[in-house]
Amino acid sequence: MMRSKAQPRPSAADRTGASASTGGGRRHLPRPVLVSRVALGLALLVLAALPLFLAPYPIGLAGRILAFALLVVSVDLLTGVTGMPTLGQVAYFGTGAYAAGLVGIHMDSSAVLQLLVGSAAAALLALLTGAVAVRTSGIVFLMVTLAIGELVHRFADSFAPVGASNGLAGIPPISILPGGEPLELAGFIYWWVLAVFLLGMAVATLVVKSPLGRSMRGVRDGEKRLHALGQQTYPVKLAAYTIAGGLAGAAGTAWVAQTRFFSPGDLGFDVAAFALLSVVLGGAGTLWGPVIGAFVVILVRDWLSAYVDGRGALMLGVLFVVAVYTLPRGIAGARWRKPLRRPRRTSP
Amino acid sequence: MLSWLDANALSMLNGVALAAVLFLIAVGLSLVFGTMDVLNLAHGAVSLTGAYIGVAFLERDTTIPLFVTAVLAAAAFGMVAGVVLAAMTSSVGDHLRQALLTLGVALIAGDVLREIFGADVESVSAPASLAGAVSVFGRPYPLYRLVIIGISAAIAVVLYIVLERTRVGALVRATVADRAMVEAIGVRTNLVLGGVFGAGAALAAIGGLLAAPILGAQPGLDDTVLLLALVVVVVGGLGSLRGALVGALLVGQVQTLGVALASEYASFLLFAAMAIVLLTRPRGLLPAKTGAHG
Amino acid sequence: MTGEELEPILRLEGLTLRYGALTAVDHVDLSIREGARHALIGPNGAGKSSLFSVVAGAVRATEGRVILGGKDISSLNESGRARVGLVRTFQHSSLFLGVSVLDNVRLAVERAHGRPKRPWPMPRTDRVITEKAMSHLGAVGLVDRCNALCGALSHGERRQLEVAMVLACDPRLVLFDEPTAGMSAAETQRFSELVESLPAEITTVVVEHDLDVVFRLADRVSVLAAGRLIADGSPDEVRADAAVKEAYLGKPRSAEPLFGGIS
Repeated sequence: MMRSKAQPRPSAADRTGASASTGGGRRHLPRPVLVSRVALGLALLVLAALPLFLAPYPIGLAGRILAFALLVVSVDLLTGVTGMPTLGQVAYFGTGAYAAGLVGIHMDSSAVLQLLVGSAAAALLALLTGAVAVRTSGIVFLMVTLAIGELVHRFADSFAPVGASNGLAGIPPISILPGGEPLELAGFIYWWVLAVFLLGMAVATLVVKSPLGRSMRGVRDGEKRLHALGQQTYPVKLAAYTIAGGLAGAAGTAWVAQTRFFSPGDLGFDVAAFALLSVVLGGAGTLWGPVIGAFVVILVRDWLSAYVDGRGALMLGVLFVVAVYTLPRGIAGARWRKPLRRPRRTSP
Repeated sequence: MLSWLDANALSMLNGVALAAVLFLIAVGLSLVFGTMDVLNLAHGAVSLTGAYIGVAFLERDTTIPLFVTAVLAAAAFGMVAGVVLAAMTSSVGDHLRQALLTLGVALIAGDVLREIFGADVESVSAPASLAGAVSVFGRPYPLYRLVIIGISAAIAVVLYIVLERTRVGALVRATVADRAMVEAIGVRTNLVLGGVFGAGAALAAIGGLLAAPILGAQPGLDDTVLLLALVVVVVGGLGSLRGALVGALLVGQVQTLGVALASEYASFLLFAAMAIVLLTRPRGLLPAKTGAHG
Repeated sequence: MTGEELEPILRLEGLTLRYGALTAVDHVDLSIREGARHALIGPNGAGKSSLFSVVAGAVRATEGRVILGGKDISSLNESGRARVGLVRTFQHSSLFLGVSVLDNVRLAVERAHGRPKRPWPMPRTDRVITEKAMSHLGAVGLVDRCNALCGALSHGERRQLEVAMVLACDPRLVLFDEPTAGMSAAETQRFSELVESLPAEITTVVVEHDLDVVFRLADRVSVLAAGRLIADGSPDEVRADAAVKEAYLGKPRSAEPLFGGIS
């Protein structure tokens, strides 16, 4: 055993992937584990209890925030953890959403089935497109993923079986299991969305704590170095891309479970940009930071804007500008972390 | 072949006209990225503002002097906007944060424009003396589009001469190639960068204004223009004048010929073409000769 | 200094690298016996870095072969060569700055002993990996820094970490690319001790500017000038070699601190 008493143990925070890109030069300063567990527990409690004291409209908004947050987490797996900034996750988000909607309309209203089909379809598409896309890196990768997102967007916009530009409407309310009672109450649907979100977060957390997650951070911090260690980086990037695609697909199924409608506008360039910037706003590389980023973005765009005469875009703009200057490491890096000098990625 | 050419010649000419506008807009985006590594997502908004300057100046019975005044106003606005953006982004280190910042600016600008000009499509009239049609390949063709092609070609030539034949141009090219080295020999690159950003934004505003009589001005156009310009820049090669030109011509043709020949697939063609170019030539068709970005 | 009767661990045969008209490495033949402490020196522009890149697999040779332990590895890339035991370090430490010191080593251990692409954690296996990584950190004296962020390490500590990562790859031969460049005297001292303490079965090849380090660490020295190998022998032989003196040692003796210190 190497861990004799004399030797320091690897800290708990170190073993979570979440601390990977945060943290300053100080040693032995993990976020107190107890505090973070309590905070997590409280957050879960509040999230689970929301339907008990919120009206149906805000509950629907909360559901959409959770679904979008899962999309943002998938963007973060690539952007923050693997160092591959992407605008293409909307493609898989849309794939999952449309697949779930089509299953709902033509086959079965089971949310579990829709989740499985939607995530699998999205992961498959991510595997196929990623096989080509992850050969590039940096700004070229960003642009290739933009092309993928726009291609799927435009395909959806003209493909009649998914309603083309009118969107896919008439999706029946979900039931949990095949042949089950449809969930009509907003609260129950919200709980399903919350379950999908937590499942997705669990998958993402496991991945960042796994050897693959470590390799992903290796790709981010020095792909060349990882290569020199004997690691083939292509499979790492493709695996990350496929998993992120599956998570985005799951997010899509959760979104349609909530909205029962999906249109090409839901996977446009602006959604892709907001998802990417939610990651930056929240703090790339951590998982919970981007969730908060997503929360803030959707809240400002869809909820706060209603109170200020449809000025969502303006407020988002101000938010972004202010955040760039006041939160140099995103929300997640706001207080206790010294800014960390990260290796500048050379542009291609 | 001949009959095909005959049938599609006007579409191709339209493609060139679109390319002319796209070139003006994209070249600034490209040079700004090349010199400063800044992905300026507010570029579309600057261009749209140029179009709205057209709306403000050119309601009807536009005369040539008035038109020229509008162009100068757009250029002046773009210059100021570019310098301000350069100052704002210079203190922000990383690509994604710069993108976040410029997208924020774009959102604010879009909202302000909507507030001033409304959400409807505003049309802009070309100068009355340019509003007619001339015969091209035996068919009538709007004179104004030919004028746009001419203006854009002239600007391209001037840009080429400035970049390739003057000291200032040499400095800009050197900054694209290796900014640290230029700084090391004692040049204040901030001035170069501010100048490039300003000139690039001025061209974008002019491009938006020139396109306004064809495309009109409306909220959302900034996103469309930005996307097209990004495609142009990426296809052509970041930081290169010739790349922007080639990219613009290609995108112009894909857009217009695509609509004319296969309208069902037109919307895919552009991004499919971009994906193919990127995967076969990741640095674009005609990338800048650089050290640092290589 | 013989050992040639055994199959050498590394053999270069007519290794040549040309960039257009420029010949950076010119028909280099070299054998390095297993367990050797080999140094490669040469004046600036002699082609040391080019030869290093070709041997490491970062650049494909124009001609010639690289043979590791009797196996032709010329067609393998850098990552392939690392997997058969030829591991390099980088001149400018290139570590994974955004992750912890421990994670840096774990990345290397996982590649060599684990399944680096397994997408879920397995506490028991991961603990074994962690223990291996900690033992490598122990070998280079960085155990108490295991939780620090790699970006917070000093220059010398980074070099130590680099050695730990190389060890974790289970190397048969380690290529050091100017390892003491930019180090303080104390750091250089510590680093030399570290290299000296490496297990005897690991062959090391050091490309180095600092001749004090070279003559301390190496039991055999090869001298490169203008892309060619001009001398190859024990440190004393090389010191006495007339061609070497002319190409390298003779003239700039007084200027030695220049390329010893700064480089």
